[in-house]
Amino acid sequence: MSVQSDLLTAAREQVLEKGIALDESQILAVLTSSDELLPELLALAHDVRMKWCGPEVEVEGIVSLKTGGCPEDCHFCSQSGQFTSPVRSVWLNVPELVKAAEQTAAAGASEFCIVAAVRGPDERLMSQMREGVKAIKEAVDIEVAASLGMLSQDQVDDLVDMGVHRYNHNLEAARSYFPQVVTTHTWEERWDTCEMVRASGMELCCGCLVGMGETVEQRAELAAQLAALEPHEVPLNFLNPRPGTPFGDLPLMDSKDALRTIAAFRLALPRTILRYAGGRELTLGDLGTRDGLLGGINAVIVGNYLTTLGRDPKEDLALLDDLKMPIKALSKSL
Amino acid sequence: MTSYCGHCGEPLDAGSHEVCVRKLELEPPRFCADCRRRMVVQVTPASWTARCSEHGEITKPTWS
Ligand code: SF4
Ligand SMILES: [Zn+2]
Ligand SMILES: [Zn+2]
Repeated sequence: MSVQSDLLTAAREQVLEKGIALDESQILAVLTSSDELLPELLALAHDVRMKWCGPEVEVEGIVSLKTGGCPEDCHFCSQSGQFTSPVRSVWLNVPELVKAAEQTAAAGASEFCIVAAVRGPDERLMSQMREGVKAIKEAVDIEVAASLGMLSQDQVDDLVDMGVHRYNHNLEAARSYFPQVVTTHTWEERWDTCEMVRASGMELCCGCLVGMGETVEQRAELAAQLAALEPHEVPLNFLNPRPGTPFGDLPLMDSKDALRTIAAFRLALPRTILRYAGGRELTLGDLGTRDGLLGGINAVIVGNYLTTLGRDPKEDLALLDDLKMPIKALSKSL
Repeated sequence: MTSYCGHCGEPLDAGSHEVCVRKLELEPPRFCADCRRRMVVQVTPASWTARCSEHGEITKPTWS
C-alpha cells in the first residue's frame, strides 16, 4: 500500500504541481495500481485536468462521409472491406453533410469532424471535402475537423486552405502491438502523417483504441508514444467488438481498467484534450461515464458515431451541467 | 411470412435474439426484416437511414 501511495504522492508533485507528464514506467505503475487506489487516482487525474486544462468540456459531433469498403485491415474496424462485416459502402452528399453539421451544432457541439473510411483521400474525396466544408462554413457556426486517413503534403496543404482546423489520425495501438492490429500499413506511416499535420499548423488529434488484447505494458507504451507526438487532442476509444472482424469475439474491457487507463492517460498528457470517443456506453455505462469525467476526461463525442449509435446528447449535456463543467464555446476566431 | 433479425439476419423464430435486441439499442439494423438482405445504412449525428434494394428505405431519429 505504501508503495502505491508513494506513487500518487510522486505523481501529485510531478504532474499536478509542475505539469511534468509521467514517463512510460510511471504510467505502467499507475496502470497496474490496485482497485483500492482507483478513487484517489481518479481524483488526482481530475485535479490535473482542472489545473492544466480548466473546467471546460469540448463537445464534438462526427459523421461518416464515406462508410465501409476500406481497403485496410484494421482488425477492430467494421468498415474494412476485407472482413465479412455487415457494413455496406455508402457516401453522404453535400446537403446531407450540411444537415449532419446542423444536427451537431443543435446538440451543443463546437466541433464537427468529417470522417471517411479510406487509406487516404483520392481526388473525388478531396473535391467532396472542398465543396462540403465550404457549404458547412456558409450555413453553420461550427469548427470543422477531418479524418481521411494518410495524407500527402499536398493534401495537408489543401485541407489547410479549406479551413479545416484540426485533423484526426490515430496511432490506434502501441508501436509494438500495431502489427497484430493492422497489416496493410505501418505504425510509422501513421506517425508520418501525424507529424505532417502538426507541422502544417492544423491541430493534431491523435488517439487510440484500448482493450484490443494489448498488454498493460503496451498500453503504457502507447500513452508514452502519444505524449511524444504532443497532440492537441487524444480521443480514447474502448474496443466495441464488431461482428465479422478479427477482434469481433474479444471481451469488453473491464470498467475499472478503463477508468485506470483514463487516469493514466491524463497523467501522461496533462495539457491535452482527452476525449471520450467510441465504446464508452458499453464499457463504462452511465456511472462509469461520470467517473471518467471526474477522472481526467475533458471532451466528449455527442450523438451517434460513424456506424453505431450513441447516447442522447441531452443526457450528456445534463450530466455536464450537473458536474458544473461548462461547455467550451466556439473560438472567437470564427 | 418470416421476419428476420435486424442485427444478425437470422429468422426471428429461430433461437433467441435477446442479445441482438439489446445491441440494437446502440446500433442500427443491418439486415432487412422482410428479406434479410444486407441494407445500405447511413448513420448521422442524430438519426440513421437503412435502405433495402427490394423493400425501400427507413429513416429513424435516434432519440425522440
Ligand atoms: S483505415 Fe480506418 S476505415 Fe479503414 S479499416 Fe482502418 S480504421 Fe477502418
Ligand atoms: Zn438476432
Ligand atoms: Zn428487404
